[in-house]
Amino acid sequence: MPNEFSLKALLAGDRAEFARLVDTYSSPIYRLGLRMLGNAQDAEDVLQNTFLNALTHLTEFEGRSSLSTWLYRIAANEALMIIRRKKPEVDLEDAGADENAEGLKPTQLVDWSALPEDELLSGEGKEILDQAIRNLPESMRIVFLLRDVEGLSIRETAEALNLTETNVKTRLLRARLFLREQLSRYYGERFIRESEEQND
Amino acid sequence: MTEHIHDNCANLLGSLSEYIDGALSPELCQEIEKHLAGCENCRVVLNTTRRTIDLVHFPENQQTVPADVRERLFKRLSLDDYLNPKSE
Repeated sequence: MPNEFSLKALLAGDRAEFARLVDTYSSPIYRLGLRMLGNAQDAEDVLQNTFLNALTHLTEFEGRSSLSTWLYRIAANEALMIIRRKKPEVDLEDAGADENAEGLKPTQLVDWSALPEDELLSGEGKEILDQAIRNLPESMRIVFLLRDVEGLSIRETAEALNLTETNVKTRLLRARLFLREQLSRYYGERFIRESEEQND
Repeated sequence: MTEHIHDNCANLLGSLSEYIDGALSPELCQEIEKHLAGCENCRVVLNTTRRTIDLVHFPENQQTVPADVRERLFKRLSLDDYLNPKSE
């Protein structure tokens, strides 16, 4: 993100600068909360708690990561804390993350990549993508959201989630293949349906 | 499909993310592209994975914070004076 903030001003209690920080990161953080938790109220809690925590702990920010990575780290912790509380059975450590791509071998081999964007992004196409992201296991979803939706680097994602870069790469690959498989299943079935309708 | 080609497909799958992100050495990229030229299944997997990643970047999939949520956030942070206009 191109925005730069004056840490000096923030530490000095410059409220205009803090408001600018909030406006810059409130949408990505709200989005992260919404996609991790699936409802608007929890997403709002993540958003508010993230900035309240940031305000309280700003003096502890050591600059080892960027300010944005630090904010994402707080937001991810908030979201994961809510998941732990609401769904204690979820495996957030992802014990299988160190496995290789075996088991994620693509089974759907229809090429839908040339479909026009308006078809992929509107109505049913958009819903299928949203549903596929919701179906991602949480430990993969958070990596995918930070890396591919919000555009953090592998290193920043690792810093935000306190994971190794290798672990981030493994989870990212699994997440991408999982989503690809789900979308391909949908478009494969749709192509068959359309071809049958044409033949009727 | 021979066992040799199967191994190459598995290798490509393991490197797929890093290939898409441009994080592999030119030598490895060359090796992957050589395999892709002769393997339609892997080309489909690559194209559809790339497209999947592209789709989440479109504005239609980038929800912004609703105005009422922003307003409550600013009030909670005692930033009411900065509610308007929204800074860019």
